[in-house]
Parts: sequence; C-alpha cells; structure tokens
Amino acid sequence: MLEDKDRIFTNLYGREDWSLEAAKKRGAWHLTRDMLQCGRDWICDQIKASGLRGRGGAGFPTGLKWTFMPKQVGDRPHYLVVNADESEPGTCKDRDIMRHDPHLLIEGCLVASYAMRAHACYIYLRGEYIYERERMEAAVKEAYEAKLIGKDNVHGWDFDVYIHHGAGAYICGEETALLESLEGKKGQPRLKPPFPANAGLYGCPTTVNNVESIAVAPTILRRGAEWFSSFGRDNNKGTKVFCISGHVNKPCNVEEAMSIPMKQLIEEHCGGVRGGWENLKAVIPGGSSVPLLPREICDTVLMDFDALREVRSGLGTAGMIVMDNSTDIVKAIARISYFYKHESCGQCTPCREGTGWMWRVLERMARGEAEHSEIDMLLDVAGQVEGHTICALGDAAAWPVQGLIRHFRHEIEERISNYRIGKPLVQGASVAAE
Amino acid sequence: MSDTFKLVVDGKEVEVPREYTLLQACEEAGAEIPRFCFHERLSVAGNCRMCLVQWEGAPKPIASCAQTVGDMRMNPDGSPPNINTKGEYVENARNGVMEFLLINHPLDCPICDQGGECDLQDQAVAYGRSDSRYEMNKRAVEDKNMGPLVKTIMTRCIQCTRCVRFVAEVAGVEEIGMISRGEDAEITTYLEQSLTSELSGNVIDLCPVGALTSKPYAFNARPWELRKTESIDVMDAIGSSIRVDAKGAAVMRIMPRVNEEVNEEWLSDKSRFVWDGLGRQRLDTPYVRENGKLRPADWSEALSVVAEKLKGDASRIAAFAGDLACVEGMKAAKDLMIAVGATALDCRLSGQKLGITPSGDALPRESYILNPTLMGVEEADALLIIGANPRVEAAVWNARIRKAWLWNDLKVGLIGEPHDLTYDYTHVASSTSGLNDLGAFGDVLKNAKKPMIVVGEQAVVGDSGYATLKAAHELALECGAIVSGDDAWAGFGVLHNAASRVGALDVGFLPGEGAKSASEHLSSNCADLDTVILLGVDEVPMSQFGDSFVVYLGSHGDAGASRADVILPTAAYTEKNATYVNTEGRVQMTTAAVQPKGAAKEEWAIFRALSDLVGKTLPYNSADQLRDALREDVPSFAGMNFAPGNAGAEALSAPLPAATESLSDDPVFCPIGDFYLTNPIARASATMAECSLQKQTLEVSAAAE
Repeated sequence: MLEDKDRIFTNLYGREDWSLEAAKKRGAWHLTRDMLQCGRDWICDQIKASGLRGRGGAGFPTGLKWTFMPKQVGDRPHYLVVNADESEPGTCKDRDIMRHDPHLLIEGCLVASYAMRAHACYIYLRGEYIYERERMEAAVKEAYEAKLIGKDNVHGWDFDVYIHHGAGAYICGEETALLESLEGKKGQPRLKPPFPANAGLYGCPTTVNNVESIAVAPTILRRGAEWFSSFGRDNNKGTKVFCISGHVNKPCNVEEAMSIPMKQLIEEHCGGVRGGWENLKAVIPGGSSVPLLPREICDTVLMDFDALREVRSGLGTAGMIVMDNSTDIVKAIARISYFYKHESCGQCTPCREGTGWMWRVLERMARGEAEHSEIDMLLDVAGQVEGHTICALGDAAAWPVQGLIRHFRHEIEERISNYRIGKPLVQGASVAAE
Repeated sequence: MSDTFKLVVDGKEVEVPREYTLLQACEEAGAEIPRFCFHERLSVAGNCRMCLVQWEGAPKPIASCAQTVGDMRMNPDGSPPNINTKGEYVENARNGVMEFLLINHPLDCPICDQGGECDLQDQAVAYGRSDSRYEMNKRAVEDKNMGPLVKTIMTRCIQCTRCVRFVAEVAGVEEIGMISRGEDAEITTYLEQSLTSELSGNVIDLCPVGALTSKPYAFNARPWELRKTESIDVMDAIGSSIRVDAKGAAVMRIMPRVNEEVNEEWLSDKSRFVWDGLGRQRLDTPYVRENGKLRPADWSEALSVVAEKLKGDASRIAAFAGDLACVEGMKAAKDLMIAVGATALDCRLSGQKLGITPSGDALPRESYILNPTLMGVEEADALLIIGANPRVEAAVWNARIRKAWLWNDLKVGLIGEPHDLTYDYTHVASSTSGLNDLGAFGDVLKNAKKPMIVVGEQAVVGDSGYATLKAAHELALECGAIVSGDDAWAGFGVLHNAASRVGALDVGFLPGEGAKSASEHLSSNCADLDTVILLGVDEVPMSQFGDSFVVYLGSHGDAGASRADVILPTAAYTEKNATYVNTEGRVQMTTAAVQPKGAAKEEWAIFRALSDLVGKTLPYNSADQLRDALREDVPSFAGMNFAPGNAGAEALSAPLPAATESLSDDPVFCPIGDFYLTNPIARASATMAECSLQKQTLEVSAAAE
C-alpha cells in the first residue's frame, strides 16, 4: 500500500484547506523557480525519465509529448491546453484534484508551459463542473495575486492561465474536438495529421494534457524522476489516482502505486466488493469505454497499462466500475452503449450510424428479444465501427460491446432462449396481437 | 526534401507531388477510390470514411482523402509505403461503411430525382449487401426550406457536409450548417431561410445523394431519358460551359460542365434555372402592327414590310444590338446595314464608351476585354474593381475572386457603390474621380507583383466614361500591371455584363463615320431616325424610340416586342449554333439542343432573306460561309475557346488616346437591379420570378429589423 509520504495529492479528500497558504504548506509552489532555472531540457528529461504516461486514457509518454513542440517559437505562439473535460463515466479523479489541490495543477501548468515555451495555458473544464470552475478561478486569482503567475511574476516566465467552461459534451474531451470547442466552434474532432503540436489551437503549436498528468509534474520534478519511477512495473511507472465506484462497500478515489493488483485495490481501499469477492461479477477497469473483465481475470490482474492490455482491456482513466452478481450485465452495457450513441458527434459515418445500431440491438438483447445470430452480427458491427472513425469515440463505443460478447456471450444466449419459451413461434405474432 | 513522393499502390509504383492526398495518388496509379465527402474544390472533411485504403504496417485502414502523401513514412527498410486499394481488408472496411450509410437511408430510389446519377446508388452496387441486417425503423428527418431552387428530402442525407463546405468556402455565405449531433445530426439552413447566394444551385450537383435536388426540375425527367448537348451559357459575359439536357422539344435542365478556365465547375443560379423561361412568352410567329395592334403574319409579309423600310433614307435607319445577340446575327445585320448605306449601328445602349473613343477613333481590342483572364485572378495579388459588382454581374467569377482572397491573400479594392461581395475589400471611393487618389490602396497596387485592374461596364457609361477607361489604363501602366516580354502580365481589363457585348465590339457593331451613338439617338427619342432594327433590345426605356418604326428580332415577348411595329421571331441560345465572345475575348459556340419554337429563325438567316428583298444579296448562303467571312474580316474569331490573356500586354503598353472629359464625381451604381431578372428569358421564367420575390422579401424583412 502506498505510504502517505509518497502521495502527490495530499489533499485529495479535501480534509484540509485548498487555498494557496495551505497548498504551500503541503509543498506546492516550492522551488518552482529553481525547477525552471534547471532548463527546459532538464524538465523534459526528468519527466521522460520518470516514466509518466498520460493519465487521460491513451497513456502516451508525457515527457515525449512535450518534446514534440517546436524547439523555437516562430511567428505562432505556443499553447498548453489542459483537458479538464472529464466526462468518462466512472471517472472523477480530475474533479477532486481541481477541487482540493488546484494549486498543484496551476503550478504544473506553469512548469509544463515553460518547458514548451508557452506563455498561455487554457484549462478546458467540463460543462457540468460548476464548483470546480469556481474553485479553479479562485485558485488562479490567488496565484495571480501572489505573483506566482501572470506578467512579471516571481518565476520570471510571463504566463497566463485561462479557465474555459465547456458546454457539457463528452466529445469535447477528445483533444482536437476540445480545441475546436475552445475556438468557439462546434466540438467535432479534427483530422490528424496535422497533430496539435504542429497546428493546434488557432493553428498554433499546442499540447493537450490531462489534468492529472500536468498536476503530478511539479512533484515529480521536486522529488526526482527516480522517486516516481520507483513505483509500478517497467513502462507503467508512478502513482495514479484510481476512482472506484459501483458495488463496493466504500467507493472512493485513491492514489496508489501503478501495477497494484486489482483485488488488493478493491479490498484494501474500498472495503471489498459488496457481499464479498465471490459476489463479484465483472469490473470495467478504466472508465466506461474499455472492455469489462469477468471475475476470473479480476482475481489476478494488475492495474496498469500493459497488464490490462494483455487481457484485452485497458487502464484508460483508471475509473473502475465494479459490478456484483446482482447486475444485469447486458442492460448495463446497453446503457453504456446509449451513452456513446448520445455523445457521438455525428461527423463520421461509422460512429454516427453504428452507435445507434449497437444500442438498439443491445436494448433488445437486454430483454431477450433478439435472434441468436444477432450476437455475431453485433460483434461484426462493433468491428466495423472500431478503427474506422476519425476519433477514438468509435473505438470507445465498440469496446464495451466486444467485451460483453467476449465474456458474457452465454448470458445473452440464455436470455434470448428464455425469452422465447412460451412465446408463439411466429415472428411478429405478439405485435400483430397488440 | 524532394517535391515528389514515391509510393506503391496495388503493386504499382507511382511518384506524385508531396501535397497530393493519398486518394489522388491512388487515382494517379489508376485505382478507383469511392468517396462521398471528398471533393476536389472543397476542403477535406474526411467524414464519410468510404475512401478507406490499407497502408501496410498501419494498425487501421486510412481515410485516403485526408492523408497527405508528404506526411507518410517510408517502410522500416526504406522502401516506399505500400498501399492496397483492393483486397478483402479494404473491401470489408468499405462494405461496413456502406452498410452504415444505408441503414438510415430510405430505399426510395424509384421516386428519387437523383436516381440514375446518384453516387450512393452507384457505389452501393459495388460495396452494398444484397440484403439489410438492420431490422429496426429507419430514421426520418424533417425537410428543410432552402428557398425556391433547392428541394430538400433530408431523410436521404448522409451528412457528407459538401453543401456546408460549399456555401462557406466557395459561395461565401455561411448559411448551411449541421445542427445536433450523433444520429440526430441534421443539415439545415440558418433559421430555415432561403439561401441568399447566387451560386446556391451548385449544392444540388455537389450532393452525392438525393437530399438536395432541383426544385424546378422535380419529377420532370430521368437522367437517361435526356438528350445532353454541350453548350455555352449567355446569361452573363462569363460564358460558362453548360450542358443542356432536353427531352423532346423542351429543355429540362441546365448543368455546368467543367471548364477550369471559365467556370471551374460552378454555375450561377440564373444560368442554371432559367430554362423554364425558354418555354414561356415565346415569339413563335412574325407579327405586324396594324391599326395600333400586333397581328400574326407570315414571314413573307413581315419581311417585305421591313424591306420596304430598308429601302428608305439610309441615314435615318439604325440597328441596335441587345444583351443576348449572337455574333452571326450581328455580322449579318452589320453587312446588310452597310449594303443599304446605313451607318448608325451600336451595341452600347447605355452609353458605354468602349471600342471607339468619343470622337470615333478605333481602340484596340485589348481595351475592352478582360485581358488578365478570369483564371488570372488566382495569380494576381491585388485587384482593383472599378464600378462593378462582380457578385451579380459575374457570379461565378466572384467565387473565384473569393477563392483567391481566401487562399492566395489577394487584396481587393473597390471603386463604386459598396456591396457585400462575400470577401473583404477596401472601399476606395464611390465615384470614378476616386481614381485620382487611391489612398492606401494605391500603395497596395504599387507593391503588388501582379496587380489587376478591372473596369466594370457601368464605370465607362456616360460623358466621363472614356476618361475613366483612360485613367484606369494609366493607373495600370503606373502600378506595373502591364508587363510585356517573357513574364508578360496584362493586368488591365473590362468586366462586361452581357454575353453579346464583346462579340459585338469585335464585329464592329459600332457607329460608322459621323454617325451618332445609340445613347445619343435614344436621348433625343430617335428624332433623327425613321427605322430602328433591334436585335433583342429590351433593356432600354421603349419611349426613347419615339415615333420611329421599330423592327424587333428576338425570342421572347418582352419590352421590345410590345413596342415593335414588326416582330421577327428568332431562336433562343439553346436552339441554334451561335458564336459568343466572353468578357475575356474567348470565342465560344453554343450548340442547338432543341428546335427553334414555331416559325422562329436564326437572325443571320433573317437578314440574309431581307438582303435579297432589298436587292443587296449578302455573300453567304449558310452559317458556315458567314463564319468564314467573319474570320476573314476579324482575325480574332479564328481561334476558338481560347483567351488571349497576357498576349495583350504588348498592345496595352501604349497609352490610349487622350481623353477630353474629366472623371466624374457621381457615384457608380450597380447596373443590375435584380440579379434574377436581367434579360427576357429570365423575365419569362417563373423560377427566376420566384427567386426575385424571395430576395425582395428577405431584403424587406432585413430592412424592417
């Protein structure tokens, strides 16, 4: 279990004051000026050496991403954009960071912006995050007043932070859709390439990072890359905020070392599964978009990028949704499918048409009102959506369905068979009778 | 880095420019790539996902329309990347996309106007399943109002957003957009108002399915029943390339043809939808006025009445050519007038000072054509428009100016009444006297590498007209717009607004020695004239013909016909092979798509017949012989479909003869009050009337706000 001294987010539960004074006591804004003086290369090298992988879901090495920005500022300014559009069902880590440790994020923004030669940073907040927005605005105001950021600040790097409040669309968490939305347009993902590091916000070099990736950066620099990389397995280093919800006794956000076994995480921090581990049915390990895992896998699987990939799921945002045996798993996935159907931007064909199709079939399957052959058809449709779209929402919509069929096919089949018992054999007969 | 990139498409190696998209590269290699959203002249959307191809080594299929070739990586061993456009992997991906497109697309092809020329239909044959796996209800979408031209059946829409991109990028009015998201995404116009663009009809061609179809053409014909004739448009001086689709004796629709140099592949709404005017208000038999009333007559009677008049005092006979007159008719008319000794010819009815100086000296051809050419605006880096509103005078060209403004950073200045031209411009002055001091825009022109100065017809109207032409030409010389030699650039030209004008000036349909100009005759109510022959003149106040005997040749019963004492019906532009010269000096020919209405004849044949009756037989018996004679007289008619362009720089280097008048302080107004009703054919069209009404309604409601 991660010791308290090794926690980055020491006020994750809001037991202490969030404001600047208290944050400084907990270590925020300590030695920031010295970090900047160590130079951009040092910052990027440290982040690279720490093994930090993006905490937004895709797990791209953060230090490497920072080095993609042009080495010189040309005629276009550089921007840092922080993705705080945390909308993945089951995920609420960024919310607590912004609520209770906002200064770590602001400090991270400064450090990252300095490393990428950006003088401005936009924090794009999810539309529903009203309190978080107020808290962030208050924290930014404090930082400005203390001359920690702004023009002629104590760190010697002119730097502005802007809080932008989204309108509540899941797709705006996709980095290029976020940029479109930030520019005042309809949030629809852009084609890549060009990647944001080349042409991002207003066509300028931009890096988009998740809140957690940015907020952990100053502490990594303060305590050293070696400290951070002492947690977790190779290629999956560091600590991570896990969000555990669903059928556990004590749902919580908890910062833990990467590669902690899932069972340990649930037992130690969440008081175990409701009704005991034996009552576990499945876990969605990384936010609603990743395929679920049945109990047999949950028994042993480690919570990191590679281990979950090996079992054909993913760490995603580490938003775990725990489901016990009382769950109607088909209905649960149908609900997730509805979410993706609702949030699809409608720009490209497979996602626009496929998400609705999958949802409708799943709704019927949840009732049992389907054909056995439709299971394979559904799998095929999911395969046609996956990888054929502009952004990853198509994949996100397809994976839960694929996970369901992979692990719980028998349950769907059973339901279809049971539905037919005692029903007339002629298709549509019940409709005609109505 | 080299400018080209090598790749292997289906085992065939090709080398293409780096800026090519993968789709273009594949086509270069001879592979056919299906697509819906991709269009060469619009930005890349990459949203239909139909053009997926396999890039060996890539984890996912690639949308080839969105992948720039220059951004691609070599294989790890350094060999060019391998692309597969065929095979199970690609087929499977495309079949999937096609299935998604079809699950919510109504299977109403039998009643859909797009049927037979529908991209979705065609590609479904190649990639579609024979049955549907989607057993739920299809989505229905409410139809939207897009005005009198574009009919919408939005359930058929596949959200390719071509129309959205067209109006935003080419037409320059952001009036179509996508609302809602996911399955509920719908294409609509802003508040469901009509489109205000003069180019709105092009979205019909762009729509790959039957969501946007032609309202006037709805349920009229099937594409395979139509006789397709390639021809030239005469609604403006651009001379867009068109295809006239006819069924039986009627023109059913008009479509644009691709002509990079003229209209790219766009067509203005007037040119596209005027066809219903070709069937209304037609003059199909000669008429003679008797006791103040017109009565039908036969050709021999009507011609002998006219011949009698032509035998009168030649100094009191005049012939004026209107906006739609063809070169053949004007040539024959001119020859006949010379034969009878009359010299009062003119084609410049509003008093444009073109072709000759006010004192009667001839001006070079280069002084009245658009030397820099329509396409040349894409090379130019500064453009000064003097007294023209290209949005209504040359709508298709306006889109090209906008394109240059958007992509090439063209700077535009305007002298004349300010209008919404769909791009930003510097308003230099309202009157032509602004040419004396261009202010900051003068520096823009001087610093430009290829400046372009375009004079509108309206700018050269009136007493100061020639002075304006002269001043504009001088400005062109001063700012380096005229460069002869190897890098020739002739950045001076005139933008005409009627199809007949350049042809008329080329033929020399101008007052002869000592003769008064048309505007002089008209302002004195033709007191010096006994007989006036009008070749489709409808745009001047008819009272100005005073008591003279008016012979009207034309196709439509409009202002000229109701004033006429004799009406000689002629064929419209879709009914004859006739020559027109566009504003660039490009000689083009229309092709007859249908027979002339009733007893209507071609103009030249009428004059040939008249010449017999007056005993001065013209020396040609066929249109071909006439054209041979024409080519002998005027060498510029020898080259077809080509614009002299920068070759004119030499002639333009010399200053024009001095002007005696000075520039005017009166504002230059747009000569076209109503874009939709500029000529007799358009005025006969119910569609155009509806457009005009719609526009007025929108303007009134905008004014009320």
